[in-house]
Amino acid sequence: MSPVDQPTHGRTLAEQILGHAAGQDVRAGDLVIVPVDRCMTHDSLTPEIIDALHNNLGVEHVYDPERVAVIMDHVAPAASVATANAQARTRKWVREQGIRNFFEVGAGVCHQVLIEERLVLPGQVAIGSDSHATMYGAIGAFGTGMGTGDLALALASGRTWLRVPESIKVSISGRFRPYVSPKDISLYLCGLLGLDGATYQAVEFHGVDWLSLEGREVLSGMSTEIGAKAGLVVPDGVVAETYDVPGWLYADPQAQYRREIVVDLNKLGSQVAIPPEVDHIASAGDLRDVKVDQVFVGTCTNGRLEDLHALANILRGHKVAPHVRLLVIPASQRILQQAVADGTLSVLLAAGATLGTPGCGPCIGRHMGVIGAGEVCLSTANRNFRGRMGDPDASVYLASPEVAGATALRGYISDPSEL
Amino acid sequence: MARIWLFPDDIDTDQIVPGRYAPYMTSEAELGKYPFIEYRPEFAAKVQPGDLIVAGSNFGCGSSREYAPRALVAVGIAAIIAPSFSRIFYRNALNLGLKLFEADLVRDLSDGEHVVYDDASFTIRTGAGILHTLPQPPDWLRQTWVEGGIVSYYRKYQRLPVGGAE
Ligand code: SF4
Repeated sequence: MSPVDQPTHGRTLAEQILGHAAGQDVRAGDLVIVPVDRCMTHDSLTPEIIDALHNNLGVEHVYDPERVAVIMDHVAPAASVATANAQARTRKWVREQGIRNFFEVGAGVCHQVLIEERLVLPGQVAIGSDSHATMYGAIGAFGTGMGTGDLALALASGRTWLRVPESIKVSISGRFRPYVSPKDISLYLCGLLGLDGATYQAVEFHGVDWLSLEGREVLSGMSTEIGAKAGLVVPDGVVAETYDVPGWLYADPQAQYRREIVVDLNKLGSQVAIPPEVDHIASAGDLRDVKVDQVFVGTCTNGRLEDLHALANILRGHKVAPHVRLLVIPASQRILQQAVADGTLSVLLAAGATLGTPGCGPCIGRHMGVIGAGEVCLSTANRNFRGRMGDPDASVYLASPEVAGATALRGYISDPSEL
Repeated sequence: MARIWLFPDDIDTDQIVPGRYAPYMTSEAELGKYPFIEYRPEFAAKVQPGDLIVAGSNFGCGSSREYAPRALVAVGIAAIIAPSFSRIFYRNALNLGLKLFEADLVRDLSDGEHVVYDDASFTIRTGAGILHTLPQPPDWLRQTWVEGGIVSYYRKYQRLPVGGAE
């Protein structure tokens, strides 16, 4: 188990990025200390991080305020006096620390905002106080989520320690069938690999040079659900066209992987995760007996413009089923504005959708659309554990925006290709 | 002499310290009463500082609760040796100064066996004279272990040790 002893071989994307950051050649299994290019914290955990920084580490100032980003998204706008007070404390701290990259209520979900604002770039190391920080892998950054203690250490020192992960290579071939989208790849992988199928490891996606940035964000963010430390998409295609990808960052044919998986899109249909596990997967068409009370389209996983377009294409000219609440929360202010400008929002509102403030919405069951005992929600989010979205006796099914649209129309879980 | 405490695969943080004991663990001294309190009740009574835990894969899985590794630090566990650890347990342990080594010794050592553990060379010598060399930690990690973990190191020096480039 000591890859360091192996003969010279190529490097995975994770090895390339962490080796570049550490200033030395690294191999999976090595423990390295690396500078952190970006520390992201959000409203829900910043107060705890402030305490850890000042009380446990005895540090008054963050190492470099320019490398920090703080975003109000998890319970924003505040849902209670307690959250309002905690947010007020966070705002005061942000001002005291001179942190300029601060994003107020309504700016959007932290990961989406960081990528939109170009606060993470290809080849960088970014850590966040949120497990879906793996999403920065969409643009070829090593993004990973950590706990409050580790965030405090990184804020204090500008560095973090990491164990260089082994990587699983996922090669994607073919093209999506109609109404099938990146979420279906992710859910399929959850079913295939299980909740801990990639624990300790990075997932590296190949063969998607044609895929949109949005699609890449789904793949990298959802890697967290199989336990991955990072989810990196080869920075080719749209990423290579719109970013400066460093020359040392590339798909190395000599790289060694723990495991290789091939996904043939020509055979992939619409997938649904059955509560309470993300790795309990069925075909959308097999769940027709599941009636839903709420359909939620949003979150860092599937609340982007491409997702709203997919939803609007299905809903255009129709009304959602009676007794179904369709809740749409764009992942960012920018996405909301685009959806207004191109008419997408009118289509959704005409179909009966209701709109929430850009941010996490009810994803973690704290506000804006939590569900009650016995209720069923089909959500485009990434987690469906017991109690995740509200009452422990509520059920959350996870699927793509396309399945969400079909389900909202029919009132029960539906395969959009059968509409 | 260090006693070996052998554990199977997938020991989770609830087996280490069940969640409902959290309110009672108010000080380091209290913490030391609870490791494996239900899973293996004789552990807390008999464990001696310097003893070793040798376990199967995925040690420390389950919740992110930090008091699981803290309770093991409190009773003076010298090191845990397992083929793999859960990611969060691993981070918590290194931050707290609990030494973890990735090696599979479950079949080489037996429960209750007494061995000599050398905390400088990271080796284990059995009564029969067999020497097991554990995976050697990088220098920066050794430095933090001297100070009792990454958090203590930081508190003392107000910086992390340097690993590689500035
Ligand atoms: S949308 Fe959900 S998964 Fe994404 S950052 Fe917010 S709470 Fe986490």
